[in-house]
Amino acid sequence: MSAPLAPLPRWADLALIPLINVTLAFLVSGLVVLAIGESPLEATAIMLRGALGFGEGIGFTLYYTTNFIFAGLAVAVAFHAGLFNIGGEGQAMIGGVGAAMAALLLGTMPSIVALPAAILASALFGAAWGAIPGWLQARRGSHVVITTIMFNFIASALLVYLLVDVFRPPGLMEPSSRVFDAGAKLPFMAQAAAWFGLRMPKSPLNLSFIVALVACLFVWLLIYRSRLGYAFRVVGANPVAARYAGISPERMTIYAMAISGALAGMMAINEILGVQHRLIVGFTSGYGFVGIAVALMGRAHPGGIILAALLFGVLYQGGTELAFDKPTITRDMIVVIQGLVILFAGALEFMFRPALSRLLSRNVAESA
Amino acid sequence: MNLKSALSALTLSLLATSAFAQSKPAVTFDVGGKFDKSFNEAAYHGAEAFKKKTGIAYREFEIQNDAQREQALTRFARDGNDPIIVIGFSNGSALKKVAAEFPKTRFTIIDDVIDLPNVQSIVFKEHEGSYLVGLLAAKASKSGKVGFVGGMDIPLIRKFACGYVQGVKAGNASAEIFQNMTGTTGAAFNDPVKGGELAKAQIGRGADVVYHAAGGTGAGVLRATADAGKLGIGVDSNQNHLHPGKILTSMLKRVDVAVEKALTDANGTAWKAGVTVLGLAEGGVGWADDEHNKALVTADMRAAVDKATADIKSGAVKVHDYMSDQKCPVQ
Repeated sequence: MSAPLAPLPRWADLALIPLINVTLAFLVSGLVVLAIGESPLEATAIMLRGALGFGEGIGFTLYYTTNFIFAGLAVAVAFHAGLFNIGGEGQAMIGGVGAAMAALLLGTMPSIVALPAAILASALFGAAWGAIPGWLQARRGSHVVITTIMFNFIASALLVYLLVDVFRPPGLMEPSSRVFDAGAKLPFMAQAAAWFGLRMPKSPLNLSFIVALVACLFVWLLIYRSRLGYAFRVVGANPVAARYAGISPERMTIYAMAISGALAGMMAINEILGVQHRLIVGFTSGYGFVGIAVALMGRAHPGGIILAALLFGVLYQGGTELAFDKPTITRDMIVVIQGLVILFAGALEFMFRPALSRLLSRNVAESA
Repeated sequence: MNLKSALSALTLSLLATSAFAQSKPAVTFDVGGKFDKSFNEAAYHGAEAFKKKTGIAYREFEIQNDAQREQALTRFARDGNDPIIVIGFSNGSALKKVAAEFPKTRFTIIDDVIDLPNVQSIVFKEHEGSYLVGLLAAKASKSGKVGFVGGMDIPLIRKFACGYVQGVKAGNASAEIFQNMTGTTGAAFNDPVKGGELAKAQIGRGADVVYHAAGGTGAGVLRATADAGKLGIGVDSNQNHLHPGKILTSMLKRVDVAVEKALTDANGTAWKAGVTVLGLAEGGVGWADDEHNKALVTADMRAAVDKATADIKSGAVKVHDYMSDQKCPVQ
């Protein structure tokens, strides 16, 4: 019988374990790259330089990071309430529909009116799309994992219908809405920097990155400093105790899913209002699913989510640069590398915990 | 210096420049990837054929998300690649921006029209090719019932369906047509299991010829029709060889020819900006006629399809284009 493991020091839990996991993921990825006859060192260098080595690359990295922050926060909020929201994709699509409807209606108004309205619409539409599975879970017992996945398909069908039959200007082959008027275009970071006389290279990075950071602060306040967040955590830890304490787990389930959906819906701020300036099919590109890995890696804490989102931003942008420079490393190879990071940092995150715990507790015992 | 030596010097310098002006082509494939057994793969074969003939290598990129469209085009243009072949209409708006930023770079886009002085747009009259295979389907059907399985429900696929329906009605005015779309996401182009189920359902309702415009999903459609002893119709590439004797024909969309021609033209001097519409008359679409389906196409059918081909080429028969008004005159 094994003795219960001593708890890890906080620094080891928050920094050392993720670091070891990511390093291991990169080592195994290196072996894969070696197996197809490329130099892993060179590949790593290209990835890092492509993601962090020049202005435009950093812009792309932070642009991806913005998506992953919203998606990660969405999963994290639900996670604190003991719910697993797999529906980030669908909630983001519907958030995009909301943002686009507001932007198309109000685009001719000044930005100070149009943009807040469009941002609010993305959150409200996403919240509604998250709240329905929440309600089904709370009142009908339909498991939220199943319903949120199914709602992704409903959302995607709805989006295609709207784009093909309602929003699409005649004569356009691509299923897409018309381009928004100037008022509803969220400025690019390079444009915003120019207002202050700064020069930044052109990239898709836009002001939604700041909205994402504000959302992190909001989620931190909500989860750790508010009564509602406390109620979420109690329900997540023990619904029976929550009910005994006078908290309704059903109501908290609906609230948590609505807030989760709102955060996922806000991904549309980056993609629709910030980059594309029109509603298109498939703008979510799987970011909603990556959000699950981001939230797991970031320990559902906003600070951790920013770091994990940054790591995935580096992987996405670095992977793109790798595909440009190394024809033998295809996009499928890059998915393998990203998958290994998710595997080691997410699924196998406790693999080193027992060994590390023993090692560290021995050191503590020796030094005591 | 006499005229002759001046001329020869001129020729020499021309030769020298043309030797150095070898193109540095690049190709961006769309989300399906270059091995999608259909549209992108046809483009890939075209690029490979060019590489084989000229020995000129090309750079390539497979798009994964929408932000990469502009990124890839900008990257290739900035690195001095020329011409840049852009596969798929989804790249239209990205190309509009990038082509304006790099007015000296030559771009060729397949399946969309971009009106800029440095962009060549190549589109196909898929409805004409679909009309011909529809006509063949109506003539080959014994039950008077035929099917259509589309991929993702977008205007382009409805254009295929509409041309097909017109062809079927031309062959047999009382024919019944079952139409299904596989889905509403890009995954609908890569779902052979669902494609097979849809084909089986149509066969269950009496269809004995089924045409697919569904990319990778079509493999399931063709397998289901072959297993049931009915006839399938392939699309984009010649798919007759997949189930010899059980595929009536394939609607050919010569993306490979278009890509190879664009690359070859740009390597020489023949490349021109503007819109190229490749229909039946230009050899851009057609129906596959080879040893695998020889026994299926009777003399009567051949006569009918040859007449229709001539009529469409001469303009005596006009196949309605769904894209022109978002409507199909017959269902």
